[in-house]
Amino acid sequence: MRSKILTFMVSFLLWMLLSFSPDWQHIVIGILVSFLVALSMGDMFTNEAHKWLNPRRYIWFLYCLVVFIWECLKSNIDVALRVLNPRLPINPGIVKVRTILKTETALTFLANFITLTPGTLSVDVDKENSCLYIHWIDVKSQDVEEASKIIVSNFERILKEVFK
Amino acid sequence: MNETIALIFIIIGITFDLFGCIGLIRLPDVYNRLQASTKCVTLGTCGILLGVLIRFGFTAAGAKALLCIIFLLLTSPVAAHALARGAHKSGIKLWEKSVCDKYEEDK
Amino acid sequence: MKFLRWLLGFVTLSALIIFIFAFLPVNTPTKLMLYLLICFLLSLYRILRGPTAADRSVATDIVGILIIGFCAILAVYTKKDWYIDIAIAWALQSFIGTLALAKFLEGRNFDE
Repeated sequence: MRSKILTFMVSFLLWMLLSFSPDWQHIVIGILVSFLVALSMGDMFTNEAHKWLNPRRYIWFLYCLVVFIWECLKSNIDVALRVLNPRLPINPGIVKVRTILKTETALTFLANFITLTPGTLSVDVDKENSCLYIHWIDVKSQDVEEASKIIVSNFERILKEVFK
Repeated sequence: MNETIALIFIIIGITFDLFGCIGLIRLPDVYNRLQASTKCVTLGTCGILLGVLIRFGFTAAGAKALLCIIFLLLTSPVAAHALARGAHKSGIKLWEKSVCDKYEEDK
Repeated sequence: MKFLRWLLGFVTLSALIIFIFAFLPVNTPTKLMLYLLICFLLSLYRILRGPTAADRSVATDIVGILIIGFCAILAVYTKKDWYIDIAIAWALQSFIGTLALAKFLEGRNFDE
């Protein structure tokens, strides 16, 4: 039930942002459509609706966003320099890292963050052992622990707080 | 004034798009190409859309551009992940000078 | 040999960019679109040339993302905001198309 109410609110907000006019006709149609969406597939949206009321998570999420944008800029400049270099200084390989995150949402976000940060691209996720296989454009270490320390530990710390 | 800032953002975005496409040409195998092109082209297109947001302010078009940025940042890593996994599953080897392939060993 | 090829590409690309910037008698949005057109041509080269199916899928995905930028530039300079609607719809369908291509790549040798 909580998940359905949450779905209704999110889809109504999305509708208002897309139509962007406080006309009564738009609002009535928006309420109708969001109600239909929430009724038909509201149960799939989230399992832990009570977690959405915790304000600490949103503050951590904003901090996470700032870190993410900074890393994204760094990664783009890094890749651009590698591509423009005449000697093409790459040293690629697929390494395996271990993470302490368990839930599916957190793992999805971690994989997305890894893909957009310097020189790494997530290839596959092993949910049982919570391992990730990562394609690294410049392999610094083939060891599991050391690679985990370099790649994921920075984000893990933040995402653990967000999805606690 | 707004137009000048928007133009600067659009030019930065197009520059990163160009770098991504050069990476698509120069790098040796599928995974490296995915790295360069996904990162650079996503950020470049986000830069162009940020230019739209600055040009129009927070009006109907600006709000839509913001939604488009969020959507792009959420979906393009997922698409890259799916393509990399599909390529590995369909048996495409890594570049011959690659260092290691732990995924192949663990399968 | 490798350095010679790099030099050839670098000189060609920078000559093209400087030519469009300084000598072509068109207005600013057309110049921006011509720069994006160079990106399209590079991706099309990869689609034509790519040795495997995965390379072609990657290049198709990149073309899909570049079209969003094209729509955004059109929206800025024609001041019609429905171009952004087209961009959002294109982003959605390009994402779904890429996922379908990835599934196709993955399932091709399930029978092994």
